Amino acid sequence: MKSDTVKFVLAKRKSRMNSIGLPAEVVINIILGLFCLLCVVPFIFVVIISFSAEDSIREIGYSFRPIKWSLEAYKFAFTSNKGIWRSYFNSFFITILGTALSVLICVLYSYPLFRKDFKYRKFFTFFCFFTMLFGGGLVPTYYVSKNILGLNDNYAALIVPALFNPFNIIVMRTFFQSSVPTELIEAAAIDGSGEYNTLFKIIVPIAKPGIATIALLNALAYWNEWYLAMLYIRTEELYPLQYLLMRSQQNIDFLTRNATMLGSEIAKIVNDLPQQNLRMALAVLIVVPIAFAYPFFQRFIISGLTVGSVKG
Amino acid sequence: MSNSMVSAKSPSKGLAKRKKTIVLLSMLAPGAIWLVLLRYLPMFGIVIAFQKFTIYTKAPTLLNNIIHSKWVGFKNFEFLFATSDSWNMIRNTVGYNALWIVLGTVIAVAFAIMLSLITKKFVAKTYQTLMFFPYFLSWVVASYFLMAFLDPTYGLISHLQKQAGMEVTQWYFINKPWPIILTIAYLWKNIGYSTVLYLAAITGIDSSQYEAASIDGASKWQQIRYITIPHLKPMIIILFIMSVGRIINSDFGLFYQVPKNSGPLFPTTQVMDTYVYRAFMATNNPGMSTAASLLQNVVGFFCVLTANSIVRKIDEESSLF
Repeated sequence: MKSDTVKFVLAKRKSRMNSIGLPAEVVINIILGLFCLLCVVPFIFVVIISFSAEDSIREIGYSFRPIKWSLEAYKFAFTSNKGIWRSYFNSFFITILGTALSVLICVLYSYPLFRKDFKYRKFFTFFCFFTMLFGGGLVPTYYVSKNILGLNDNYAALIVPALFNPFNIIVMRTFFQSSVPTELIEAAAIDGSGEYNTLFKIIVPIAKPGIATIALLNALAYWNEWYLAMLYIRTEELYPLQYLLMRSQQNIDFLTRNATMLGSEIAKIVNDLPQQNLRMALAVLIVVPIAFAYPFFQRFIISGLTVGSVKG
Repeated sequence: MSNSMVSAKSPSKGLAKRKKTIVLLSMLAPGAIWLVLLRYLPMFGIVIAFQKFTIYTKAPTLLNNIIHSKWVGFKNFEFLFATSDSWNMIRNTVGYNALWIVLGTVIAVAFAIMLSLITKKFVAKTYQTLMFFPYFLSWVVASYFLMAFLDPTYGLISHLQKQAGMEVTQWYFINKPWPIILTIAYLWKNIGYSTVLYLAAITGIDSSQYEAASIDGASKWQQIRYITIPHLKPMIIILFIMSVGRIINSDFGLFYQVPKNSGPLFPTTQVMDTYVYRAFMATNNPGMSTAASLLQNVVGFFCVLTANSIVRKIDEESSLF
């Protein structure tokens, strides 16, 4: 019984020592809570705008409490606007194909760099990392891509320039180093397993979490891609979603900025320009797939970043 | 006899070795080809920085264009520094980076420590989930978020100003608020990411150290001061130096999309990366653009090398190369 009391007292003392006290915890919760609100409120706001009636927006602007709710933006997006479907397809196509290819290339490039018995290991490590330090810059890369490699107004222009990322090579190699024992490769070689067989049948299953991390990072990059479209794409049928969103804003900005110059005719057109809510709905439609994939993202990317940050 | 056996064995061993090297090289091939075509080949194009680049209309291939363009030596660089714009953008690039490296580190470390102190784990997890979210969005989407508040016609703030009978602020035309807006946008998108990084490092600290400290009567604040922060120190220093190494580079999307590419805002929003893009695409001056990116590359190169060698001195394991 006595020992029970002692235990109780000790536990109490320990918990007091290990907690920061109620006032401090309240302050922490307020600070973090406010920042978290700042992080998600803009998205919630845009969702609300996308469900607001166009009349309501004309009347009181974007508001957290619209006068009238409406589904018209989504109805319009899904029924009468072919461009949005097309762009949705483009974004999915680019993301899936680009991710598959870039992950394959990344695994194939990082594996030999992880093999200590590979003769040209040092050279190819440098060959890859040097491009993180120095490059031709925008103009030469643009001209080479467009004029020599034919990356011009086609799907390849949206996929090829982002296929390879030296940072991912670092992460992948580190994953191999931390999860694959060298003896395993030696044992496989003694058993007569070919290099490709060893890589895909033995190594890849072990390194699955690392590969998932790279895949998700690449998928995110492809899904959020607008820069390549801005450089190389002219045809509207090829626009990815992000670029479609960007262009629809630019068109309106252009008209608004020049409205006074172009006269009252245009000013009227600008005023009647459709679908404030439609553009916001488009933004929501871009975020929705990310939100769905978010739990995976969080799990794998956190583990990947932690590994990646250990080295580089 | 034994001699011949050795010589019979070693060629086959050498052959196997060579075969292994060739197979491994074949694995590297796709990536290596990509690097040659999209990274190394363009490096030769740097000569454009020393040219008045023109299109050779008879046969406008890239090689022909370069061969037939006029060489102007360092003229492009002279022009670059002749205008006040260039000093302005260099100031912006370095200034924003310096401010954000400091702010980003301090806030992320503080948030990570706060998260680790919260007693209810699911609350901490929820905070982490919410603050990591913006990291996954593109700057295009982020610019819409901002516009929902700042748009002069429909934006929430503009509407509130109208209601209060105040004059509506033309956010996309006046420079003054943009250093703050850009800073908020940067922190909004990136703090979650670095907080998660630091939090992972805190979680990795051996809990027996805290137990020992609390038995010795150390308060939680003392534990943070003498256990948590010293443990984070190497990581803070390395991430800090690495970002100093990239002080001349900036996030193009942030400076291009968030101010909506608005001309009047260039004094506060133009950075090296946006200048390189605009000199090429908007003003159609490939020579100036290449000159600016070459300058950026060279300065950046030495910054990274310096940063890396400092990291090597502190902690060799953490250096990049």
